[in-house]
Amino acid sequence: MVLGGAVGEAAMRWGVIVFPGSCDEQDVFDALKREMGQKVKLLWHKDQLAGRYDCLVLPGGFSYGDYLRCGAMARFSPIMRDVVQFAQSGGYVLGICNGFQILCEAGLLPGALVRNSGLQFVCQQVSLRVEETDTPFTATVKKGQLLKIPIKHGEGCYYADSVTLEHLRQKRQVLLRYVDAKGKASFAGNPNGSVDNIAGVCNETRNVVGLMPHPEDACSRLLGSEDGLKIFSSIADACAQRGKTP
Amino acid sequence: MSRSAAKRRVEPPVTPELVASHGLTQEEYKKIVGTLGREPSYTELGVFSVMWSEHCSYKSSRLYLRHLPTEGAQVLHGPGENAGVVDIGDGLAAVFKMESHNHPSFIEPYQGAATGVGGILRDIFTMGARPIASLNSLRFGSLDHPRTSYLLSGVVAGIGGYGNCVGVPTVGGEVFFDECYNANILVNAFTLGIVKKKRIFTGVARGPGNPIIYIGSKTGRDGIHGATMASESFSDEKEQRRPTVQVGDPFTEKLLLEACLELMEKDYIVGIQDMGAAGLTSSSAEMAGRGGCGVEIDLARVPLREAGMTPYEILLSESQERMLLVARKGTEDEIRRIFDKWDLDAVVIGQVTEDQQFRSQFEGEEVTCIPVDLLTQGAPVYHRPTARPANHDQVQQLDLASLNEPADLTEAFKLILGSPNIASKEWIYRQYDHFVRSNTVVPPGADAAVVRIKGSEKGLALTADGNGRYCFLDPYVGGALAVAEAARNLACVGARPLGLTDCLNFGSPENPHVMWQFAQVIQGMRDACIALKVPVVSGNVSFYNETDGVPIYPTPTVGMVGMVAQIDRVVTSWFKSPGDVVVLLGRTREELGGSEYIKLLHGLVRGTPPWIDLRLEEAVQRCCLEAIERGLLHSAHDVSDGGLAVALAECCISGPEKPLGVRIDTHEMIRSDALLFSESQSRIVVSLEEKALSPLQEIASTHSVPIQVIGTVGGSRFIIEPLLQLVVEELRTIWCSGLAGRLK
Repeated sequence: MVLGGAVGEAAMRWGVIVFPGSCDEQDVFDALKREMGQKVKLLWHKDQLAGRYDCLVLPGGFSYGDYLRCGAMARFSPIMRDVVQFAQSGGYVLGICNGFQILCEAGLLPGALVRNSGLQFVCQQVSLRVEETDTPFTATVKKGQLLKIPIKHGEGCYYADSVTLEHLRQKRQVLLRYVDAKGKASFAGNPNGSVDNIAGVCNETRNVVGLMPHPEDACSRLLGSEDGLKIFSSIADACAQRGKTP
Repeated sequence: MSRSAAKRRVEPPVTPELVASHGLTQEEYKKIVGTLGREPSYTELGVFSVMWSEHCSYKSSRLYLRHLPTEGAQVLHGPGENAGVVDIGDGLAAVFKMESHNHPSFIEPYQGAATGVGGILRDIFTMGARPIASLNSLRFGSLDHPRTSYLLSGVVAGIGGYGNCVGVPTVGGEVFFDECYNANILVNAFTLGIVKKKRIFTGVARGPGNPIIYIGSKTGRDGIHGATMASESFSDEKEQRRPTVQVGDPFTEKLLLEACLELMEKDYIVGIQDMGAAGLTSSSAEMAGRGGCGVEIDLARVPLREAGMTPYEILLSESQERMLLVARKGTEDEIRRIFDKWDLDAVVIGQVTEDQQFRSQFEGEEVTCIPVDLLTQGAPVYHRPTARPANHDQVQQLDLASLNEPADLTEAFKLILGSPNIASKEWIYRQYDHFVRSNTVVPPGADAAVVRIKGSEKGLALTADGNGRYCFLDPYVGGALAVAEAARNLACVGARPLGLTDCLNFGSPENPHVMWQFAQVIQGMRDACIALKVPVVSGNVSFYNETDGVPIYPTPTVGMVGMVAQIDRVVTSWFKSPGDVVVLLGRTREELGGSEYIKLLHGLVRGTPPWIDLRLEEAVQRCCLEAIERGLLHSAHDVSDGGLAVALAECCISGPEKPLGVRIDTHEMIRSDALLFSESQSRIVVSLEEKALSPLQEIASTHSVPIQVIGTVGGSRFIIEPLLQLVVEELRTIWCSGLAGRLK
């Protein structure tokens, strides 16, 4: 049975979906399990979604090699039917990088990710500004707060047409923007040419989020940043809240 | 050999011309005929051609490689396996190797470099290890050469395109530009993996009747005679060789990696090996050779990508992303089930035999029947003539007195700092995913990269080093310096060396001058390995890096791995706090031969490279390590290309935060240009709190290491009294745009 949110459960359950070509599933798994002590399971893309989960993560990587448009193949993986149903019934879904691309291809998120404006793969730490905090993914951070989280992608340039963009702004669906050292969403602070410096968006019902930056690679002081934990723990908090309010 | 085979397949007759075009000499051919007791068939000739190629047989280098020290208490597998293996405690082992992909990368930079990465990854996971980090060591021609930026862009994109897709971080490396590589670039790829000590797999075939299983991609016509190509010099037609370059499929590699590691948790495998150079032929023959048995393969069962392939093509194809394994009889279905999950082929194509023959058949006809020994151990071993070049004394002549110091040292310094060899390599490494697997504690741009070992307090440090200019000027010293610098880079982050792997890139071994360089480099590396107690656990030789008779500089590259006992004690190279004192370990001498300064300002590659006293080198490294382990240092940075001025500038500007200034006053009574740009070895710049100074001095005196307090961190200016005074932001701009600015 597929349930959106495990009402009344003490510890939340995370499912991390493994597509052929996923690369970051273990990083997400380790961040959640080792750094946060969460219950996590890796889920194979050919299987059905069995059991109860509070949040599903579609990790980064190169599903099907990205030989076609990024995410265009993975959206047809058997498990994606259940993911769509899970999302529609209110479950939390987080797509990171390739996972974001898959969610866009699956129609769960607006817009698309296209080739970086510099035409090269870009791997670097970036500064991100938190734009909205009334989502389960950003509830424990402050509006305007800066996060240091790395990006690593060749096709991370967010694109949406002007109508969609206007809609995103009106519904406050842009959660993170790339900014410069001064916290401004400037050209200099934009690593990949994303329209309006967009680094992460949510759907209208605010339970599905796509991020190009990788919070799982920013969960330890040793790795240079713990800001990624803020996103994961925000989700965990939201689930705990859900558990309390019937 | 059946006669009827010829009816269906018309194979060319084996003529002296055909033998020559397969790169075999008349003597080699005589040996084949003598041992077989008959003429080989066309297909067999192809098999000999690849197995006896320089690339596969090490026929010119083998006698010398024996001199390298390979022993150590930590060494679990030395040279001869797919990769070297060292014990890292806690039941774990580190597996690593470096390999060259020079010739293909020049012909087709993206695919050449990409498949170089693919090949080295397979060498690591074929031993059961999960690859956790890669490095690369690259050499290109002058950026003024019209082809260089195309080659550089292609190689970097290829390395990134493959490594990123497979999910293995590229955490560091090195790149160097010099005219001598204009027509022969070097692409050396290194990968490190981790394996449980009890689950190490080797490339061995054992147990007659055990099935031989082909796994991974289908076989196509790509890469036929790649190994032979890598055993020849380039001439004008090199670009016509493009069809011999393989095409990489990193997605299939990723599936193969995951499927193999899943399979390796079970007890089904007897032995497993990557189908690399010389493909199916070398993997099956080498596995049989190691196990002292034979193999019998039905070529018609090999999964093919294209129709109508001949036995010759199937045996010699170098299609990528393929592995060969020998399984325990009866486990075939279980193995197939795992590969089905990952949508990969796993096909039984033959079996292990007792008769020590390399047999293959096609459509019912036997097409090869060759003693395994003759292919592996029986390959010729050459003691090639060596000769010191007659003009070598002249090359080593450099009269400093006749060289004027630059009128404007500031301009000279800026020129050096912005030169592609010195400038920031961020343009390159930002195209590599260096975060994936979330272990990268010290990312690219440091003296050595460091990755943590999750679930422990330990980490592994890794670096790749080698300076062809030094080796050209004095191959013995240059060989020793490559090893010494790698170990010093490890010391600078606080790691103790576990072992090294090498890629030995040279011109034609048939040229006595090249062979002399080779012998000297090996001797230098050997002496440094012994002095610094670093065993050589794996490696690769790449000869024939020359075009129209002009060889590259002799270029050994050393990939070294070290143990970081406490990951939270790791030190990086840049200054951390204003007020810290700056200390130089070691001494600066007037050594400008082979330096970046002499090359850039005087246009010379002359003189002798900096000398090395291996005892002092070891003492300096120990001093640095102990200081780091006792938590005394805030930063440590090796002084190398560009000398002290460049090292200090890097300390100021290479960190992730805002640059910090420094004021230096050294009181050295030597030439100003030597003070700033001499590349004297065994030097490390460290910074520390003032109160940590006296413990550091004690450590230094215990090891008899000369140390000197040379300045203080702070401010926004870079000052070396009384020679240089600049604003650090300006230095950062010059350093950051030196390479990137040339590539737009």
